Amino acid sequence: MKKGDRNTGRVFYTALRILSIFMTVISVISLFTIIIYLLINGCDKLSWQLLFGKYGDKPSILPAFIGTLYLVAVATLIAVPIGIFTAVYLVEYMNNKGKTVKIIRIAAETLAGIPSIVYGLFGYLVFVVTLGWGYSLLGGGITLAIMILPVIVRSTEESLLAVPDSYREGSLALGAGKVRTVFSVVLPAAASGIVTSVILAVGRVVSESAVLILTIGMVVNNLPETIMSQGTSLALDIYYFASNGYPDEASATSVVLLAVVLLLNAAANGIGRLLKKKTGEI
Amino acid sequence: MQQFNDKMNISVKDCRLWYNDFQALKGINMEISEKEITAFIGPSGCGKSTFLKTLNRMNDLVDGCRIEGSFIIGGIDIYAKDTDVNLLRKKVGMVFQKPNPFPMSIYDNIAFAPRTFGTKSKSVLDEIVETSLRRAGIWDEVKDRLKKSALGISGGQQQRLCIARALAADPSILLMDEPTSALDPISTGKVEDLMTELKKELTIVIVTHNMQQATRIADKTAFFYLGELIEYDRTEKLFSCPSDKRTENYITGRFG
Repeated sequence: MKKGDRNTGRVFYTALRILSIFMTVISVISLFTIIIYLLINGCDKLSWQLLFGKYGDKPSILPAFIGTLYLVAVATLIAVPIGIFTAVYLVEYMNNKGKTVKIIRIAAETLAGIPSIVYGLFGYLVFVVTLGWGYSLLGGGITLAIMILPVIVRSTEESLLAVPDSYREGSLALGAGKVRTVFSVVLPAAASGIVTSVILAVGRVVSESAVLILTIGMVVNNLPETIMSQGTSLALDIYYFASNGYPDEASATSVVLLAVVLLLNAAANGIGRLLKKKTGEI
Repeated sequence: MQQFNDKMNISVKDCRLWYNDFQALKGINMEISEKEITAFIGPSGCGKSTFLKTLNRMNDLVDGCRIEGSFIIGGIDIYAKDTDVNLLRKKVGMVFQKPNPFPMSIYDNIAFAPRTFGTKSKSVLDEIVETSLRRAGIWDEVKDRLKKSALGISGGQQQRLCIARALAADPSILLMDEPTSALDPISTGKVEDLMTELKKELTIVIVTHNMQQATRIADKTAFFYLGELIEYDRTEKLFSCPSDKRTENYITGRFG
């Protein structure tokens, strides 16, 4: 190789390095701009009235808190057991291969890629119109459950596949049957991954808005009485405030939502580590 | 359903095994005596591990595996339709090449098999845990950390823990698939001493790549080659004056 070629190479690689640094700076700045902007605009509106007050002349996000709790409860109670058992069946009983598994996998991956407003439309047509429930937290929660189901199935599958086969062999060789092996050895060994993915899925439920516009009715000023009531959620309140002349309240609600998501992510990490420590993996 | 009796010997006649179209075992006949250590030696891929795994039906887990022949353990044909595979594996314990303690406490590892077969009483479990760990010669090393994760102890300790875990199921036969190949010489020595101790109560079958190990511990040795049992004799006899040329070539290091 000639000396000139080597120099060109060096210049080229230096340019690439500078470019990556530059791009990194851009992404970090844009991220922090949003957060700082929200904090500046939202923080003075973060009052007791906004957070926990009664919705009267001044807006409050208490109904959204309650609504979000309902939605998280409904969505996880439905999606978590179905998702985990589906993944167990696919990985442990179908050995993760065969035509059926392939079809289910394609379906799950397609579902995971569909824009959420399409789920919203589905929920609207099924629960609001066909079943005649009208707008309800239950309908919204079920729709969200369908939306996060493929995510939970997929990540539970990954966690189960990461469990070494030597655990399964060891358990079977001790005379434990398939069921005991799966539920006493494999699932506990996969628990940290599964719990982490469930919490991240809760994060998606908390921050979802498109589905809810079409299914729970965006009633921002009333506490939901039952699970069949109309309601609102934190993410929906942001949309409502922003489009009805309360931009600063929208910012404040965003700060709250941001904090909730941050907390969930921290919890996912923390609980994941805790479980791993308990089994002795770290 | 048939019940296993107390006999600890193994009788195999005309064992043939296929992985899909490939025949891995070509008619093995073998009588394994009780309360002795029998070693299987032979080059990689000769079928010795495969044969070992037919004895507790671990090959059932392999896709495309087909087995013919007669396998009598504890008075019953272990491949008969009405044989309870779980009870068979309780009676015929297994220790693997790589230590595989479960990611749970030392106590829970040992208590796993008794709990599987319905023991719930804490005092009974406590006793089984202590006895099993003592029999595996590891009690003194772990008695103060029974509630700690089994993944936190050394590889050699983990392997003896796995032996204790197998003993807790109260087996009469113990299959060991190269149990010391992942261990250092000191841990290997401990496991070998342990085997010599355990053969007073158990029938032990061990697959090993280490011929010195076979001469040190085994009463009988079987030499496998290309899916056949070439020679099976008292260990001293097989290593000092083998009757088959292939055995001689193998033990003198001319192939394999």
